[in-house]
Amino acid sequence: MVTKISPARDYLLFGVFAIAVLTMPVWLAPIGAGYPDLLQKFAIFGLFATGFNLLFGLTGYLSFGHAAFLGVGSYTAVWSFKLLGMNPIPAAILAVVTSGVFALAIGYVSLRRSGIYFSILTLAFAQMSYNLAYSVLTPITNGETGLRVLESDPRLFDSSANADGPLISNLFGIEMTGYAGFYFCAVVLLIGFFIAQRIFRSPFGIMLRAVKTNQNRMNYTGLNPRPYTLAAFVISGMYAGLAGALMCITDPLAGAERMQWTASGEVVLMTILGGAGTLLGPILGAALIKYFENIFSAFNEQTLHEVFSFLPDFLEYPVVSVAGLFVGEGWHLTLGVLFMLIVIFLPGGIMEGVSRIGRLFKRSSSKAEPSGATAPAE
Amino acid sequence: MEILRVEGVNKSFGGLRALNNVNFSVEEGTVQAIIGPNGAGKSTFLNCMIGRLAPDTGTVMFGDISLTGMKPYEINQVGVSRVFQTPEIFSELSLIENIMIPTMAKRDGSFALHAFKRLDQDAEVRDKALHMLEDVGLVEKRDDISGSLSRGDKRRLELAMCLSQDPKLLLLDEPTAGMSRADTNNTIDLLKRIGDRGITKVVIEHDMHVVFSLAEKVTVLAQGAIIAEGKPEEIKGDPRVQEAYLGGAHL
Repeated sequence: MVTKISPARDYLLFGVFAIAVLTMPVWLAPIGAGYPDLLQKFAIFGLFATGFNLLFGLTGYLSFGHAAFLGVGSYTAVWSFKLLGMNPIPAAILAVVTSGVFALAIGYVSLRRSGIYFSILTLAFAQMSYNLAYSVLTPITNGETGLRVLESDPRLFDSSANADGPLISNLFGIEMTGYAGFYFCAVVLLIGFFIAQRIFRSPFGIMLRAVKTNQNRMNYTGLNPRPYTLAAFVISGMYAGLAGALMCITDPLAGAERMQWTASGEVVLMTILGGAGTLLGPILGAALIKYFENIFSAFNEQTLHEVFSFLPDFLEYPVVSVAGLFVGEGWHLTLGVLFMLIVIFLPGGIMEGVSRIGRLFKRSSSKAEPSGATAPAE
Repeated sequence: MEILRVEGVNKSFGGLRALNNVNFSVEEGTVQAIIGPNGAGKSTFLNCMIGRLAPDTGTVMFGDISLTGMKPYEINQVGVSRVFQTPEIFSELSLIENIMIPTMAKRDGSFALHAFKRLDQDAEVRDKALHMLEDVGLVEKRDDISGSLSRGDKRRLELAMCLSQDPKLLLLDEPTAGMSRADTNNTIDLLKRIGDRGITKVVIEHDMHVVFSLAEKVTVLAQGAIIAEGKPEEIKGDPRVQEAYLGGAHL
């Protein structure tokens, strides 16, 4: 399985992925997703889901509190803007460090249990963080209003404090909005993907799969599963923190709602939808959910009438009223139906579908030329 | 030289006395069998040795290391491996990966964060794993998912996983349970072959055929206590053993 994938194929996969990500503004434009705001979300949530998958996909530990790290990363990034200036790089680094420390503390306690108890513990921690951010920690988080960068903040290294217009994160003068913001997020996603790919193929990655498969055997093989799971938890928390920082880099505002349990649930959906335990799956899942959220929710009755205008009137109205349930406010319904269909028919997510189609092609091509095509690669 | 020495081990579960002052020792390089009727305390005894259960009183010495109170992975790291009654393998991983994991555990210790090198380029581990698979005759299936193996093959894989660590002491809990006659004989051959490596083995077994073809010394447990110990031939003729274990029937 894993051992059969050669380094050359991995570099090829990474190359293709990098090109696909960097040219997203071009090839996503025809389906209406080529605008920077949504592209940034694809990259940010792709990174978030990639990190989540390192924990859930490899070790099988289902964390229901990953949004806490997203929030911690966001707050850290905004504080970095406030204190150090609007450069995104220190913000990203500090966010990774802080969320890593946070994950170490939460993971140390939560990983004492496995299965559903672990999920509940992480959920409890995340809800605790959310409520603390709203109430007790208001001096740090600015409570309900959310934390933002003000003109009066020290911003140590921003000597030329630009007094006019809102404060926007900038990388040595390049403002992190629009396509520039997307490309910054995309590069961070690529770095994150590269690291995840290395972890997947490494001895550490295999140990994490071993944790998922049989912890008892692991113990009696002379391996201590605890530090492995903790390391995976911390790395995964750092990814979430980095994703949180990217949210603030593209829009310097951090609110507590980012830590709510719905946000934690969303990343679980993304990962399962795309395919837990696969490299590309979670990113696909993240993109799909964000696409639905932005495109389907923007549909209204007017657009539906335009879409179905080819139908005769007596058909058009009922069709539009049924379809209307699935768009606009009802996009959650579409997502729910899609999620159910995938879980029932493709338990391995979209990636299982892709590999099934791939196998279908392989079989038909090996029938055409029976010699050679099926020779095992050494 | 004694490699394992168990002294005065007691273990109770509530009111049930599972082990009653058990003394037991194993000479280095020998094969020793523990037999006994169902519920005699064989598995409890093994679990006390391997750190899964903590004995109420008594000591378990491995060479000059006390195993009492050590965690299972620590016990493995000092050179004790265990084969389970139902094969415990990494069933979602390929055969070769199943062997690479214990090989790395032996080399790198109980935790090592090698997150950036490629596993498939670690020639040392790979070669050793392939060699091990050849030894147990599973090398053709090296890239199969181990969960798809037959029960006999799973057992052989588990054995290969343990052997890849070059253990000093190998504990086998009913290694032929639920196997066909042919598979049982294959396993016996395999266990005899690995005897050449000088690994000390303790076998818990039900099947007398296996016991008498493998063991050099047999210990009989009944109701949590040792009732007889000696060479297989002596045990065969011991009336107490026949009474306790076989209900008086002759072997």
